[in-house]
Amino acid sequence: MNTYLIYLNSKRCIGCHGCEVHCKTNKSLPVGPILCEISHEPLRSARGVPKTVFSFRSCYHCEDPQCVPVCPANAMQKRADGIVHVDQEKCIGCMACQNVCPWSIPQLNPVSGKAIKCDYCLDRVDLGLKPACVSKCTTHALKFVRLVEV
Amino acid sequence: MSNTVFSLCGMCTVRCPIRVEVENGQVTWIEGNPHILDGALCAKGSAGLALLADDERPQQPLIRRGGRGAGRWEGVSWEIVLDFVAEKLKGIIARDGARSVILSCRGGPFIDPARAFLKALGSPNFTDHDSACGRNVHHASLSVYGLGRVDLAYDIKNTKHLVLFGRNLLEALKVGEANQVLDMLDAGGRLTYVDVRQTITGLKATRFFQVRPGTDYALTLGMIQGVIKAGAYDQEFVSRYSTGFDQLAAFVEPYTIEWAAQECGIKAKSLHGFIDELGEDRPKVIFHPGWMLARYRDSFYASRNLHLLNVLMGNIEIKGGQILAKGAKDCGKKGIRNLVDGIPQPTEKRADGVGWKHTRFDKGPGLFQLFYETMQTADPYPLKSLFCYRHDPLTCFPDPAAQKQALDHLDLIVSIDTHYSEFGWYSDVILPESVYLERDCGISIQKGPKPRLIYRRQAVAPRFDTKPGWWIFQQLAERLGVGQYFPYQTIEDLWAWQLEPTGLTIADFEQKGFVDLADKPVLLALDKLANIYKTPSGKIEMVSEKLTKEGIATLKPYASPLKPPEGMFRLVFGRTAVNSHGHTINNPLLHELLPTNTLWINKREAVKLGISDGDWVDVSADGVSGVIKAKVTEFIHPEAVYCIHGFGRQVPLQSRAYHAGLSDQKLQVGLLNDMDPVGGGLCLCEGFVEVRRSSNNLKRSVEL
Repeated sequence: MNTYLIYLNSKRCIGCHGCEVHCKTNKSLPVGPILCEISHEPLRSARGVPKTVFSFRSCYHCEDPQCVPVCPANAMQKRADGIVHVDQEKCIGCMACQNVCPWSIPQLNPVSGKAIKCDYCLDRVDLGLKPACVSKCTTHALKFVRLVEV
Repeated sequence: MSNTVFSLCGMCTVRCPIRVEVENGQVTWIEGNPHILDGALCAKGSAGLALLADDERPQQPLIRRGGRGAGRWEGVSWEIVLDFVAEKLKGIIARDGARSVILSCRGGPFIDPARAFLKALGSPNFTDHDSACGRNVHHASLSVYGLGRVDLAYDIKNTKHLVLFGRNLLEALKVGEANQVLDMLDAGGRLTYVDVRQTITGLKATRFFQVRPGTDYALTLGMIQGVIKAGAYDQEFVSRYSTGFDQLAAFVEPYTIEWAAQECGIKAKSLHGFIDELGEDRPKVIFHPGWMLARYRDSFYASRNLHLLNVLMGNIEIKGGQILAKGAKDCGKKGIRNLVDGIPQPTEKRADGVGWKHTRFDKGPGLFQLFYETMQTADPYPLKSLFCYRHDPLTCFPDPAAQKQALDHLDLIVSIDTHYSEFGWYSDVILPESVYLERDCGISIQKGPKPRLIYRRQAVAPRFDTKPGWWIFQQLAERLGVGQYFPYQTIEDLWAWQLEPTGLTIADFEQKGFVDLADKPVLLALDKLANIYKTPSGKIEMVSEKLTKEGIATLKPYASPLKPPEGMFRLVFGRTAVNSHGHTINNPLLHELLPTNTLWINKREAVKLGISDGDWVDVSADGVSGVIKAKVTEFIHPEAVYCIHGFGRQVPLQSRAYHAGLSDQKLQVGLLNDMDPVGGGLCLCEGFVEVRRSSNNLKRSVEL
C-alpha cells in the first residue's frame, strides 16, 4: 500500500505555478519536462463572483503501476513505501514507461536522455524532508500526507 | 563542502527573505527563510537558479561603439570602463556643473551607495521609478496623515475584512502578504475585490465588483457616503483625531450608493450589502490604498478616499488594522549609519522643478518624467548625464520613443544593472552588476510593526566579470575625488561602519539572516495616538490644509471617464505571479511557463469585431502597433482590453524574450506628459487603443 500522498488545499492555492519551478530546480531539469502541474476549470460565476478551483497533478504512484513491468532495464521501480521512481543509472531512455502510462506521466529529460518523473523527491523524503513542491509552496497549499490504514 | 546562506531574493522588488544552500560553490537549493516564511517561495524565487545559470546577461563592462541602440558593444575591463565614465563625467561637471547629472534607481533598501554617490558629486537630481508606481498613494497618504505610504503597515492576517481596489496581491505577489490574506480567509475573514477584470485575487473574494474602468473614485465616493449615512463609522475616533469631517460629509451627499452603482456599472444592492458588512466588521477593516496606482487622472483622489475610509473605520494602531511602521528609535535602540547622512546637502534646486516650481509634491525622489522636459528645454538648466541603477525607464514609463528623443540630448547615459534592460541597450555604457546570489548589499532597516535589520549576502562567486553596486559607486566616487564619503574598501568595512552605533556585529545576522529590533509587534498606547500625524494641523486631515493653500481642491467633484470610441478600448495592464516586471521575462524557466502575453477582450465586443479566442489581433494607437493573440473572455469589462506588462522586449541578446508578446508601454503614446496633477503619478490607463482582427491570421491552408 502507498504510504504517501500530495494533497492540494485548493482554498489556499493561488495558481502561481511555483511548485512546478520548485520541482524543476530541485531536479536540475532543463526547459522541457515539467513533472507536476497546476490546472483549473474555466471560470464560473458563483454568487456574483467568478470562481474556479485549482488542481494539482504529479504522478499517481499507482498501486499496480504499468510503467514498472514494462521497463526493459528494470529502471522503473516501486519501493515498499509505494514511491514509483526511475533509477537513473539503469534507465536507457526508451520511454516505454511513458507509452504505457495512461497519463503519459514519465517524461524525457532531453539533457540526460533518460526518463524522469515525480518520485516525491525520495532523497529528501529519506532525509525526513518534504518534496520540493510542498516545502516551498508559496501559500502552504500543498501538503505531504502520510497515509494510515484504519 | 556545503553551507547555508541567509539572504534576500532579487527576482522582483519585494525582496523576500531566503535561505540558500551552496555545495562546492554551486547553489543547489533556494527556499523562503524558514524563520519568516516557513520555506515558502514563489516561482520567480526558485527561477533564481536559472538566472544564475543564464548566459544571456551582460558578462563584462560594455562601452557603446555604434549608434545608440544599435547593439555594437566593446567589452572592456572594469579599470578601463570606470576611468572612461569618470573622465566623461569630469568633463560634463566642468562644463555644466554636477547638477547636470541625474541618477535614478528602483528604490528599495539598498540604494544608499547610489544616493550617496550623486549627493557627493553635489547634484540634487536623485530620482526613481515611483511616478509609474506608488507616487499617487504616497502623496494621498501625506495629504491625509502627513505620513508616507510606507509609514503605515497593514495587519492583514488579523483583519476581518480586506478591501482591494485592483490591488491584485495574489498575483503581484509578496509571499508573506499572500499568506496573511489566505490565513485571514481561513479564519473566516472577508475579501472584497474591485477590478475591471477577474484576477486570481478576485477568485478568492467573498464579494467582487467588476467596475467600469476609471471609476474607482466614484465607487469610493459612494462608499464614503454609504458609510456616513448608515452611521457605520467610528464617530469617536473621527472627532478625536481628525478635522474636516463635516465638509467631507456635505461633499459626498450627492454621491449616493445608487449613483455610484450606476456610474460603476454594479448592483446597488450588492453595494448596500457591502456597507452592512463594514458595520459588522469595523474597526478591523482594511481598505488597501493601492500600490501601483499610476493609472487614472483621479487616482490620487481614489487613493485618498481609500485612506479616508480607513480613518472612518477607526482602524489605526489596532490589531487587524493599520499599524504605524516602527523604527529603531521606537524600540529604544540606536539605528544604523547610512552614507548619505554624512554628505552635505546640494544647494541647487531640482531640475524636475519639485520643491520649488511644484511645491505640492514631496521632494524625496522628485518625479522622473519631468526630467525629460528639462532635457529638451534646458530650463532651469541643462542636463547632460543620466545614470539608471537597476531601473529601466524605457520599460517602466510610457512611450519609449518619446523618451529616446529626450535622452538624445544627453552626453552620457549609463546603465548599472544585472541584465540587459531596454534602457541599458540604449545606453552608452553598461556596468554589469552581479546578480543577487552573487553579491552582498549593505545593511538596511525594514520598518514595520516589528522592525528588523536586514542584509543581502553573497552565496556564490560571480560567474562573469560583474561587480556589486556598493563597489561600483565607491570606485566611481574615488575617481571623481569624493572618495572620502565612502569609508570602506570591502563589504565587511561597510557593514562594520554601518553597525557601529548599534553595538551589533555582522555575526549577529548569520544565524537567521536578520536582526529583530523588537520581540513582538510594537503598538503605541492610545494616548500617544494624537501626536503621530505630521500634517500642518497635527490631525488627520479630511480636507488637506496644505493642498488648500496650494489652491487645490481636496474634495474634487467627480468627472466621469471618457467612453472609448467604437472599436477602441482602454488599455489596462497587470502582473502575474510568474513575472512581476520586465526583467524576468527572459528567464529560461519563467519563459517556459509564460512565453508571451495575450490580449484579454470582452466576449461581446470580440463577437462584434469578428475576433475568436486565439486569433491574432492588431493593437494600435497613434501610429504604433503590435500583434498579439486574443484571449476572449466574459470576465473583463467591455470598455477595456488587458495585457500582462513587460513583454515585447527588443534586446536581441535576450533570445527568448526578443519580440515575444506585446509591450503596453509602447502603445501608451503621448502619456509621458500625462500626470495626475495632484498625485504626480503617471496616468498609464488613460490611453485608448484600436483592436482589429489581424491579417496575420491564416486565410488558407496551403500545405497538405
